[in-house]
Amino acid sequence: MIQLTGIHRDFQVGDQTVHALDDVTLTIDSGEYISIMGPSGSGKSTLLNLLGLLDKPSSGSYRLNGQDVTALSDIQQAQVRNREIGFVFQMFHLVPRLTAAENVELPLILAGEAPEQRKSRVTRALADLGLSDRSHHKPDQLSGGQRQRVAIARATVTEPNVLLADEPTGNLDHKSGQDVIRILEELNQRGITLIMVTHDPEMGQRARRQLHMMDGRLDIDQLNQTDSAGDGTA
Amino acid sequence: MALHSPDIAWFSWGALRGYPTRTILMLLAMSIGVSAVVILTSLGEGARIYVMDRFASLGTNLVIVFPGRSETAGINPSTMMGETPRDLTLDDAQALTRSYNVRRIAPINVGSADVSHKNRSREVVVIGTNHDMLEIRHWELAQGKFLPELDLDRASPVAVIGSNIRDELFGAQRALGKWVRIGDRRFRVIGIMGSEGRSIGVDVEETVMIPIASAQQIFNTSSVFRILVEAKTRDAIEPVKQFIIDTLQERHQGVKDVTVITQDAVLETFDRILGALTYAVGGIAAISLAVAGILIMNVMLVAVSQRTAEIGLLKALGASSRQIVILILAEAFMLSLLGAMVGFLLGQLGSWSIRYAFPDLPAYAPAWAIVIALTVAIVTGLLFSLMPARRAAGLDPVLALSGR
Repeated sequence: MIQLTGIHRDFQVGDQTVHALDDVTLTIDSGEYISIMGPSGSGKSTLLNLLGLLDKPSSGSYRLNGQDVTALSDIQQAQVRNREIGFVFQMFHLVPRLTAAENVELPLILAGEAPEQRKSRVTRALADLGLSDRSHHKPDQLSGGQRQRVAIARATVTEPNVLLADEPTGNLDHKSGQDVIRILEELNQRGITLIMVTHDPEMGQRARRQLHMMDGRLDIDQLNQTDSAGDGTA
Repeated sequence: MALHSPDIAWFSWGALRGYPTRTILMLLAMSIGVSAVVILTSLGEGARIYVMDRFASLGTNLVIVFPGRSETAGINPSTMMGETPRDLTLDDAQALTRSYNVRRIAPINVGSADVSHKNRSREVVVIGTNHDMLEIRHWELAQGKFLPELDLDRASPVAVIGSNIRDELFGAQRALGKWVRIGDRRFRVIGIMGSEGRSIGVDVEETVMIPIASAQQIFNTSSVFRILVEAKTRDAIEPVKQFIIDTLQERHQGVKDVTVITQDAVLETFDRILGALTYAVGGIAAISLAVAGILIMNVMLVAVSQRTAEIGLLKALGASSRQIVILILAEAFMLSLLGAMVGFLLGQLGSWSIRYAFPDLPAYAPAWAIVIALTVAIVTGLLFSLMPARRAAGLDPVLALSGR
């Protein structure tokens, strides 16, 4: 459960203050599927980074599972990122010199997990995403869709509660993009909270709950009326 | 959240291999620095040991007496009266044996004379001395015997010749037992000096040695050029020195007209000078290590900015600032260690080449220099990487990931 209350995020650009986030209050329950849409510069990426503890609010409070995470130390925040949050980026951000398996292993290494346990978790994560036969390939030997699947395996290998995706299909062709979305939605159905930034309305429509941002403010917060299944919106 | 050390090593090693040009450049800088220290100090140390050996081969616990006050003694009665200093004599030499602390003495006379055998002849440095000279100077004979034990004032027609002289006068013929003419006298060859006896001041392969009384006859003199006195122990050197000064002053009607130097004093001076020289060249070489350190800092800074996205990613994946610092420092540590080891090997190869080219020079880098070079290399590598590592840790992950 995520609770944002009165979040402001100001940037100083020259002698001007830019309000990237302007009094955002938002509650997200576990297992929700949320899309954040809006024009460039509307603050949707800033919101996502803030949710991922990559950015700090200028003011306001951010409680994750009841805990005020803005007050945590650097090391504690790193732990929260490692255990509670998975990131999927538009640019994949795989480490080019590492194989798919090694990329997936990174968060477990950072968590200080024992090597034997790591291997089996990495193998399982890759198998879940149909990448078992690609585990020893370097990123440049993989297609875009495969790269994003490796990135998803990496984001989920620590079994986080929240998956943050920043334009996850932005660099993919249509078919790969569909695959990736399907995978993310499957993960959501298994209980992970999926929060996705996109400016592709077609993608955004798929989410059960849609947030629309404008000039740093939450403009629209609506539940999907046309949700085909309507299966247990949180 | 503690990183396992093998993981740190694995990750840093991967990062190093991921950027081979950068890695090789830094290794080069580091290894040049380290090898410079190793080679230069081995040269310095080699030169020091070389010189020390030469001096040590003068003999052990040696005190050298020569006539006249050394210039550094300043003005004394004899200079005021314009006297020339009194010569040393064989009786003076004999008197010096009368101390418990003196093991042996060897008076020396040196001159140049024609030495001939049959129709071959050449001018040679002729040394007049006694039986104990061999022991005092630690010389070794190639063949035959050294000068016999005689009273100092007894002449005897026997000679020990250097191996080069033998080659020139006798060629392939046997020289032992043959007669040679030195000046206007005939001497029988009883021994040959080999090349082992080379030491400062005297090249025994090129000299002929005869009893000192015989030399005095040839050169028509009653004086002695030098007296070498060997003290029984190192501790006895100072008492012996005092004994010599007192004895000769007494024998010379109360005039202090001899100079006594101890080999230790000479050795010590040379040791100090050459040791300082080794430190100096080592220090100069260490500057190149510092330069290597600065280079490492620059390249690590470039590495950090090259890899901002990767560092941002690590943060997103849950790396704390501390872990980032550790990873970057581990990389620097590996680089420095590897560079230091390569440099050490290069340095050893270099000093081996020096020894190969100049077999007389024992060019071994001293242990302290190796330890210091390796330590300085690793410490500078780490120290100069602290700043880049801090910078990496301080990177804003959002900006880093967006690649801006």
